[in-house]
Amino acid sequence: MTLDRRSFLKFLGAGVGAAGAPMISRAADFMPKKGRRVVVVGGGYGGTIAAKYIRMMDASIEVVLIERNKQFISCPFSNYYIGGLISDLAPLTIGYDKLTANHGIKLVHAEVTGIDPAAKVVATANGNIAYDRLIVSPGVEFRTSEIEGYDDKTDQAIPHAWKAGEQTILLRKQLEAMKDGGTVIVSMPLVPYRCPPGPYERVSLIAHYLKQHKPKSKVFLLDANSDVVAKKPLFMKAWKEQYAGIMEYVPSKKVTKVDAATKTLFVEGLEDHKGDVVNFIPPQRAGAIAVKAGLVEAGGNWCPVNATTFESTLHKDIHVIGDSCLAGAMPKSGYSANSQAKVCATNVVALMNGKETVDLSGINVCYSAINDHESISVAGVYKVAEGKIIAVPNSGGISPVDFSQTRLEHLYAESWLKNILTEMSS
Amino acid sequence: MGKMRSRGVSCALLTSGLLLAAAGAQAGASTPAMLSNACAGCHGTHGESAGPSMPSLAGQSKAAIVTAMKEFKGIPKKDAEGKPVLDKDGKPVLETRTSTVMGRLAKGYTDAEIEAMGDFFAGQKHHSPAQAVDKAKVAKGAELQEKHCIRCHVEDGKEGKDNSPIMAGQWLKYLQVQMDLYTGGQRKMSEKMAEKVKPLSKEELDAVLHFYASVK
Repeated sequence: MTLDRRSFLKFLGAGVGAAGAPMISRAADFMPKKGRRVVVVGGGYGGTIAAKYIRMMDASIEVVLIERNKQFISCPFSNYYIGGLISDLAPLTIGYDKLTANHGIKLVHAEVTGIDPAAKVVATANGNIAYDRLIVSPGVEFRTSEIEGYDDKTDQAIPHAWKAGEQTILLRKQLEAMKDGGTVIVSMPLVPYRCPPGPYERVSLIAHYLKQHKPKSKVFLLDANSDVVAKKPLFMKAWKEQYAGIMEYVPSKKVTKVDAATKTLFVEGLEDHKGDVVNFIPPQRAGAIAVKAGLVEAGGNWCPVNATTFESTLHKDIHVIGDSCLAGAMPKSGYSANSQAKVCATNVVALMNGKETVDLSGINVCYSAINDHESISVAGVYKVAEGKIIAVPNSGGISPVDFSQTRLEHLYAESWLKNILTEMSS
Repeated sequence: MGKMRSRGVSCALLTSGLLLAAAGAQAGASTPAMLSNACAGCHGTHGESAGPSMPSLAGQSKAAIVTAMKEFKGIPKKDAEGKPVLDKDGKPVLETRTSTVMGRLAKGYTDAEIEAMGDFFAGQKHHSPAQAVDKAKVAKGAELQEKHCIRCHVEDGKEGKDNSPIMAGQWLKYLQVQMDLYTGGQRKMSEKMAEKVKPLSKEELDAVLHFYASVK
């Protein structure tokens, strides 16, 4: 996966003559670096927080945040929209104006096209940006090449809705347009993937919508895994008590082929499932730029990092946080990315100032709604032991299975969203 | 939130970090900022909550934070002679404060870490959130709190006696949720508090909460 110097140059299309010539011409360097600089790639749950906390901890470090979109739309809570609990994506949408103004972060709206770890330069469509340290927080990329029949247009007929925005709206529209008595199929990949409880929350909220508005319909969850991988007793209870007859969980169904035209999913050449609305969530790996930059481990899909600094074990001075990285016991969640970003920021500042690094103390808190007034949660505290991120023994866990806290958790979940998005946007 | 504030706060972060280092933290030990920043995803940057049902921790008294965390974790129950009460397996029986995620999270921290987090949040500047309160309730609550609450929630709730929390400028929704847990029997009141709360009606209690939420 690693791009060597030659292919990187080809990729950049930078004009370079004889060997030994500067790799990237000065003219292309559209933000000349004067002092110490950290570049952050990706303005989501991880990147915004890393940029902000570096500036809060050491305002003498210049921080450049590169993000292709003008707004960020949260994946957490996008199932609320799909299930009709909220009527638009506004509560999930944040801009970058306040964040950058409050903290003096330099924002570049551009697509990152390459990273040269040796020259310590990020290439964007606007030009090159040099860094002392780079933090990469690019989320996930779909491994669609592993799925027969999947092409550029597939997600227009069978949306993944696993990156929030147009895809989320498309899936909701399809559910609204479906006749009562229709079949909805949600297909989810093997672990690890972004947001372990997300698919289970999604089918719950789709079932909630169908129960109210299209009670003759049914939603199936085809899980590639052999069992529910997150909050199992809680989801099982919700499905049994609230969605019996309208929702069906089907384990060990790994989809290997799709036919968008007929909205059909094929399971390992053995059987096929046709739906009126099909939500196919493809298998995933580290974000495209992390793959391109050679930050992904050989034979794997994710980026190995140091458990204290989140520095890549493959490329010096490049740190990877959020869904893309291998963070031991921490799940691939928005809250994990937030927590990792702060650990990374703390230690990037320490390293740049020649100070001792501080071991990770991290948290994950993740709520899932099961209907319009009840939510369940998982929470964990993490630390480093023998170079690995582990869950602190005898802590963390899921909500009580008697559902005694579900209404309260639904209320707290709303404030979770408000707080975490406010942290990212101000 | 201007630049001035952020700068002031980062000084506080550095200072508390240095203090811990000076106190001789063992290798690999965390700093107050490292521990506490992880909480901000739910409680807001530096503990300044933007979510109405989530309490602000910025500027809360250390004693109240430490007490809350230890109660979430569970405090060993003692009998009349002060000996720990054991269950049938010989394990100490814990008295825990009702919570959702907090009980699960608090168990992940040592008492020393909880103290460090208490220091961190107590050292942050509190900003009262912009929120709607009912003026008539505020006026009524102002009178009631003087009679019933002021001994522990001192000076219009701007201070807390012993480990009583600071109430002033807290989110109203959070206060209401907690009061419902208290009156519904899901959260245990201290004997002192129970005695003061008992004569007050639901409306009167709500007036007191509107008052505290209104204090800047």
